[in-house]
Amino acid sequence: MEIARKFINMFSNVPILGWLLGIFTAVLIEYYWGYDYISYYLGLPKIPVLFGALIMLKEPIMIPGAIGYDLIVYVIPILLVAKASNFLTNPVAAILEKTPLWMSSIIHLVCFYGVLHLWAGINDYRVLIVKLTLISIILTISINVINGYQGEFSCSHPGFMAIGAYISSIITLYFFVNDKTFGAAVLSPALGPWLFPFALIAGGIAASLGSLLVAIPSFRTRGDYLAIISLAFMFIVKSAVENLNVIGGARGMGGQPDYAPLPVIFIWTMLCIWIIHNFVTSIMGKALNAVRDDEAASESMTVKTRKTKMTAFTFGAFWAGIAGGLFAHVLAYINPGMFSINRLAEILAMVYFGGLNSIIGSIVGAVSINVLGEALRPLELFKWIIIPLILIFVMIFRPYGLISFKEINAKRLLRSKHKREQGV
Amino acid sequence: MSALLNVNKMTHFFGGLRAVYNYNLNIEPHQITGLIGPNGAGKTTIFNLITGVYTPTQGSITLENENIKGLETNEIAAKGLGRTFQNLALWRHMNVLDHIKMAHYSQLSYGLIGAFLNTRKCREQESQIEENSFRLLELFDIKQHADQIVTNLSYGAQRRVEMARAMATKPKILFLDEPTAGMTPDELGQMIKIIRQVHQDFDVAIFLIEHRMKFVMELCQHIQTLVFGELIAEGPPEEIQNNPEVIEAYLGKEDLS
Repeated sequence: MEIARKFINMFSNVPILGWLLGIFTAVLIEYYWGYDYISYYLGLPKIPVLFGALIMLKEPIMIPGAIGYDLIVYVIPILLVAKASNFLTNPVAAILEKTPLWMSSIIHLVCFYGVLHLWAGINDYRVLIVKLTLISIILTISINVINGYQGEFSCSHPGFMAIGAYISSIITLYFFVNDKTFGAAVLSPALGPWLFPFALIAGGIAASLGSLLVAIPSFRTRGDYLAIISLAFMFIVKSAVENLNVIGGARGMGGQPDYAPLPVIFIWTMLCIWIIHNFVTSIMGKALNAVRDDEAASESMTVKTRKTKMTAFTFGAFWAGIAGGLFAHVLAYINPGMFSINRLAEILAMVYFGGLNSIIGSIVGAVSINVLGEALRPLELFKWIIIPLILIFVMIFRPYGLISFKEINAKRLLRSKHKREQGV
Repeated sequence: MSALLNVNKMTHFFGGLRAVYNYNLNIEPHQITGLIGPNGAGKTTIFNLITGVYTPTQGSITLENENIKGLETNEIAAKGLGRTFQNLALWRHMNVLDHIKMAHYSQLSYGLIGAFLNTRKCREQESQIEENSFRLLELFDIKQHADQIVTNLSYGAQRRVEMARAMATKPKILFLDEPTAGMTPDELGQMIKIIRQVHQDFDVAIFLIEHRMKFVMELCQHIQTLVFGELIAEGPPEEIQNNPEVIEAYLGKEDLS
């Protein structure tokens, strides 16, 4: 224990920039030597995609090789570079600290994106995982607005997602693609990527309008009853889509143009985090918490509870719609079965695992459930035993999720970590 | 009519039960009015009727000659009726500072878009509200608890938070529902001091429900006694104290047989 604490303490003066630089080095090592040298000499057939998790589970004989790979490529370089570059990264972080917070945040995010892009770019499978994880982050944060901040138990998120996915797909297929059902492209396909945000926003707005069907009953009812209403909403959307042959019915709808490369999704995700963070830290957003904790008291303190509930639902649904639109354009195929009870279970698992009432918790939840889901894929059926077990344990020890009731403090996160400052 | 708040012939039924009957009330500016009566007399119901939680079956309620009957609770609160609750109604996951800030809700004008994009207007308003909130916290002597979650505070401090929160809505009349319920005699004296201070500093009229006679007699200029939803006596403290009907309602009739 003591040794572990000392070890962690050793890295307490590494700023975020230092860690980014460390990861950057690791990714560079993997990029240049990963396949030709390291994995070759360790006897691995190819670069381990998810830190060797898949290989280890498929062929236990490879376990030492995969662990060795992780150590050589990731752990050791990251720790070494992060620690050794202290002298450089701390002053840079201190300079950035003097710039406005938004500028410093953007610089950090750009660096982070560069590293992520490079890491994901090594393998197509990684790109897909990263894309889906980012979309899950949007979904999880948006459901956290309703289930966490507003405290309703809403099960209609896949429904909102489906509305967004279908509406934005219809728009892009109609305007920018020569499609069987919708005929020739109305506008030049070259405009597509530029007008794609509007298609997404239209999908989001459609989802918000749909959410009114759940929001209005929420004025009068809460808890179990609202959960059932919202569940019904999800099935209504699903069966409506199944019976609409114009948009493919149960066969689904394909051929969406690839307007959602990694940078686009990354920007949308960051936009979502930024806007939702602004909202939930403002007084108007904290009204959600007030209404959740005591509705009568909120009313008496001049809070417009109905408006607040409606805002929570429409706002959450809007981002679910955006996530749905991105999802459709990543997979280039959607069908109603994708937006059903399985998806709901996944979303709820992510938000309750990560932590209610916290954006950072949602991010942690989305990333860990997604990565776990992929990493444990070789276990097939057992995956669906292990993940719920983990969830149960989290619920026992932390009933509100891993990181709950905590907000991001960008300023504290990004500041430089000089030794002298720590003494103060 | 110069009265700040005027309630005229208010009657309310819960189904077949007559909860309040022919209730009249006039509150002048800067007046402290008390409402006493045995448990179940309908005191809290009257609070709820005036503040808009229920809409009375009959009668009229006007604030500064403006009808407020039938408005939503939050609208009535924004017009200047602040209140506290009999059983504390605090937001259990929020810290003290956020409580006070939240009560400024009706004074926000930046709109949803402002909140989403964290516009300059939004930031300026929020920092002004924060400043204001700290002033209130200081006044109620809970500044040291500003970033504590309310459920961690002592009962007396929670009461003060509730009152500071009510004052943040800038009320013209403050409704206090049993402000001393569950308090020690020590805290009681403190509460009297706080109420006096609020009354002076904010120039606010106060309407309170209370069971402890000492408290009511010391604070109120005007007292109403309610039994089974009907007023049986009304007047200055001395008069009420010696009114045989009031004594009967509280202590019961002497059985001479």
